[in-house]
Amino acid sequence: MSIFVRAKSRVSKFLMAFFRKRRSRIGIYGPPNAGKTTLANRIARDWTGETVGPVSEIPHETRRALRKQDITITGNNGSTITIDIVDTPGVTTKIDYKDFIEYGVAKDEAVIRAREATEGVAEAMHWLREDIDGVIYMLDSTEDPFLQVNIMMIGIIESRNLPVIIAANKIDLPDASPQRIKSAFPQHPVISISCTEGKNIEELYEQMVNHFG
Amino acid sequence: MMQQGVQIDLISEERLSELTSMEKIHMILDNVRDGRIVILEKGLNPEEQSRLIEMTMREILPDGFNGIEIETYPTRDDAPGFLRRLLGKTTRESRLTVIGPANQLRMIRKDRDMISAWVSSR
Repeated sequence: MSIFVRAKSRVSKFLMAFFRKRRSRIGIYGPPNAGKTTLANRIARDWTGETVGPVSEIPHETRRALRKQDITITGNNGSTITIDIVDTPGVTTKIDYKDFIEYGVAKDEAVIRAREATEGVAEAMHWLREDIDGVIYMLDSTEDPFLQVNIMMIGIIESRNLPVIIAANKIDLPDASPQRIKSAFPQHPVISISCTEGKNIEELYEQMVNHFG
Repeated sequence: MMQQGVQIDLISEERLSELTSMEKIHMILDNVRDGRIVILEKGLNPEEQSRLIEMTMREILPDGFNGIEIETYPTRDDAPGFLRRLLGKTTRESRLTVIGPANQLRMIRKDRDMISAWVSSR
């Protein structure tokens, strides 16, 4: 390869690296069973036709931070964002394999699940401190926001100045009160959604394009 | 005959201020793994708490140490204001924090101004 061709190739790679828009990594965080994986699956399915991870009633079904890359979301005015969605395990400070046994999981499998869950929580903490560019903070609108919110996680989001959208999920349920969540977070966009029914999901996408773009 | 009971370490703000973040986390985790309850006069900041959780997860073993319980007071405002400050630009100060082994310390009730916990010996 001639010196001119090599030089051209290097300049081209440099310019591509310089001008290429970096994908944002958007983490879905929130308490266990708020609907994080259901939302991650819906976003991935709506924009790529694929899913991120399984959903079940067994605690810690999401035991690793699962990433779906290269999701391009288009807003109403045609503007787009390309993101990686990171579905994280619900943050906890304790994990006992016996909790899985109560859900009918065999002991050997329960021990494996517990180990994976510990790794997943550690990973989720690490991602939030180091690698996440924006957060969708999922809350269950049938529960009191004061009791659900994790002070530590909000503190990290705040100290890193990460853009955050609060998703008040489960508005399809009769005792949902998304207004309580809106009142609790007056300084941040709060979108009332139902991940299972897809209600207001377009509004969330629009907010994501505006907020994370 | 060995006396049964639970050791409680109350650590002053001054003592904590002399420690680095990692020293604080190691001290807490070592004590809690020994079955002690640790009460910090001034709690950990969010980054330190996150590292404590991360390290706790790496220490969990089947039929052994299964994690920690950690509880702290929220800021002094009432609920809407509290959450407003929580996500606002004001700096929040960490407050008294209780940490213990998950198999010995159980939070019974938490209010804005009171934490009730149950402690059992191993």
